[in-house]
Amino acid sequence: MAILVQEDTKVLVQGITGGFGGKHAQLSLDYGTNVVAGVTPGKGGQTFGSSTPVYDTVAEAVAETGATVSAVFVPPPFAADAILEGVDAGLDLVVAITEGIPVADMMRVKAGMKGSSTRLIGPNCPGVVTPGTGTDSNGGCRIGISPGYIHKRGSVGVVSRSGTLTYEAVWQTTQLGLGQSTCVGIGGDPINGTSHLDILKMFQDDPETESIILIGEIGGNAEVEAGRWAQENCTKPIAAFIAGATAPPGRRMGHAGAIVSGGDDTAQAKKAALAECGISIAETPSDMGGALKRAIG
Amino acid sequence: MNIHEYQAKELFEKFGVATPGGSVANSPEEARAAAEKIDGKIVVKAQVHAGGRGKGTFKNGFQGGVHLVDSADDAAEIAGKMIGETLVTHQTGEEGKLVRKVLIAEAVDIDHEYYFSIVMDREHSAPVIIASREGGVNIEDVAENTPEKIITEVVDPLMGLQQYQARKLAKQLGFTTEQMRPAAKLFLSIYKLFISCDCAMVEVNPLVATPDGQVLALDAKFGFDDNALYRHPEIEAMRDPEEEDPREVEAAKFDLNYIGLDGNIACLVNGAGLAMATMDIIKHYGGDPANFLDVGGGATEEQVTNAFRILCGDPKVDAILVNIFGGIMQCDIIANGIIGAAKNIEINVPLVVRLEGTNVAQGREILANSGLPIINAEDLDDAAKKVVESIA
Repeated sequence: MAILVQEDTKVLVQGITGGFGGKHAQLSLDYGTNVVAGVTPGKGGQTFGSSTPVYDTVAEAVAETGATVSAVFVPPPFAADAILEGVDAGLDLVVAITEGIPVADMMRVKAGMKGSSTRLIGPNCPGVVTPGTGTDSNGGCRIGISPGYIHKRGSVGVVSRSGTLTYEAVWQTTQLGLGQSTCVGIGGDPINGTSHLDILKMFQDDPETESIILIGEIGGNAEVEAGRWAQENCTKPIAAFIAGATAPPGRRMGHAGAIVSGGDDTAQAKKAALAECGISIAETPSDMGGALKRAIG
Repeated sequence: MNIHEYQAKELFEKFGVATPGGSVANSPEEARAAAEKIDGKIVVKAQVHAGGRGKGTFKNGFQGGVHLVDSADDAAEIAGKMIGETLVTHQTGEEGKLVRKVLIAEAVDIDHEYYFSIVMDREHSAPVIIASREGGVNIEDVAENTPEKIITEVVDPLMGLQQYQARKLAKQLGFTTEQMRPAAKLFLSIYKLFISCDCAMVEVNPLVATPDGQVLALDAKFGFDDNALYRHPEIEAMRDPEEEDPREVEAAKFDLNYIGLDGNIACLVNGAGLAMATMDIIKHYGGDPANFLDVGGGATEEQVTNAFRILCGDPKVDAILVNIFGGIMQCDIIANGIIGAAKNIEINVPLVVRLEGTNVAQGREILANSGLPIINAEDLDDAAKKVVESIA
């Protein structure tokens, strides 16, 4: 099964006529993803690539194509509005790739989404990939910016706050021959739509996922919250890596959420807490696959 | 980004946050003029981005970066001993910080000191007020030793801080019936400032009650959401590059996400998580990272070239590690950036490169054909080991 998205999921891209959105929409099409529509206000009626229709609003795109999932590539000043537009159109899933959305905007979006049936992943994330079974994992559902070829359809669920570290974990599990069920980048911002814990619960319920890699970083307590739940409720082996052991306190390390602010949110404290929960800890980023193998036994 | 105390005061005045009167002075003459406008005692405070000013020492031997004086003449004299001199505090390091300005402010009598802060809280996805009757001291110590003295109030992000919440907070902090309204008004105006300026944090410590019944914000620390600075040019203008690491100022010009550290192995990485993890693995193999540098996903050849210029210009750097896992970033752009940099600047330290991801074959070929003395790495582990070995 995989989680969140399947090979046949109908995807629309908000911001498809921009350079960034367009490039990755085309890469998703090349990967074999079912990208059925694009949305750019004021460019309705145009065609993207060979045959993808562009609409003015998400509501029109959904009515015409039956898309259920959106990828948001809209620039930061307009991204909060774009997310809310997807929620209003009743999408199942909105994946916000955009980096640099003001925290106050996301705070309002999250409050405004309460009670809606839409799930938000991100923002500031690499997206979601359910690999396909073709050459270089083609034929899968690629939403976002991950390089497609590093994936392989398989049994490991990957959840991460960082884009490029997700690629590391994916590449290592591909080289080990394990492959991935679904890879989810939940994003590096302090306020995001979906947590490590939310995704861990989905992996636990997904029969195709046999083991899990959880990647976190300094700041906040989301990884430990997920670890505590897993200790009681998750039957699948888990490996974890926490980035930022060498980060100086009080400095924002690129991601808006990556800042050590107390004493409980350092990399060392998180690794210790996760180890106590029975999770296999990768000491270096190149040991994520190794730590998973130790967890599987 | 940090701002000076006098700039915090300007923000307070703009948003109607009650605070003692005062203004900034660039010279003893300006200090005298500012002090002449004040009735009663005057406080002279050195303006640097560092705590512990009161207990600091100037390199000229003058004691203390905060002084209480009685006259405008005295204010001018003290200002003269501070401006142009270097202040060393427990937060500045031995080199200290050059004082360019002083704040001349009205000194107030204090009945009681409180702590009041608003933070953008990730757990609640909402602004949260943290306050205590124990102000003027280190709040972490209060939280550790007497957690019952810390009061928190979560604000609904769509409704904002309500008046009843502000009154409730005032009473919980022990303000009297007479003080309740001025205290609540102060809290509401600080909240307005917090939201209007896209703050990540405002910390007022101390917030004080005076014997004549006023409630005032005395000193404040601000943190701003960098993502929102694009809509606050007035706050961006408060940035004082003199107070920042010159390497970081230079990197910011090219939109590079750079943080200077003390080690000797420079790194250039795409993605913040991978950049942090690259520092970690260098340390794991016994090296010491010189910096955090995330060139981001959309970096151009020009940005990569400038990143190299900054890394090579740092005299502490003995080796460079480039670690790229291209998603948005294309490996060929990085490769061309490296070649562009090598044309303009002499890279005279070992350079280890690890490329993977989008357009990796093109990137590797460009580097292989460049004739540059690059040490190729198979994966991240190999890269970290090789860069540490290169300077062993």
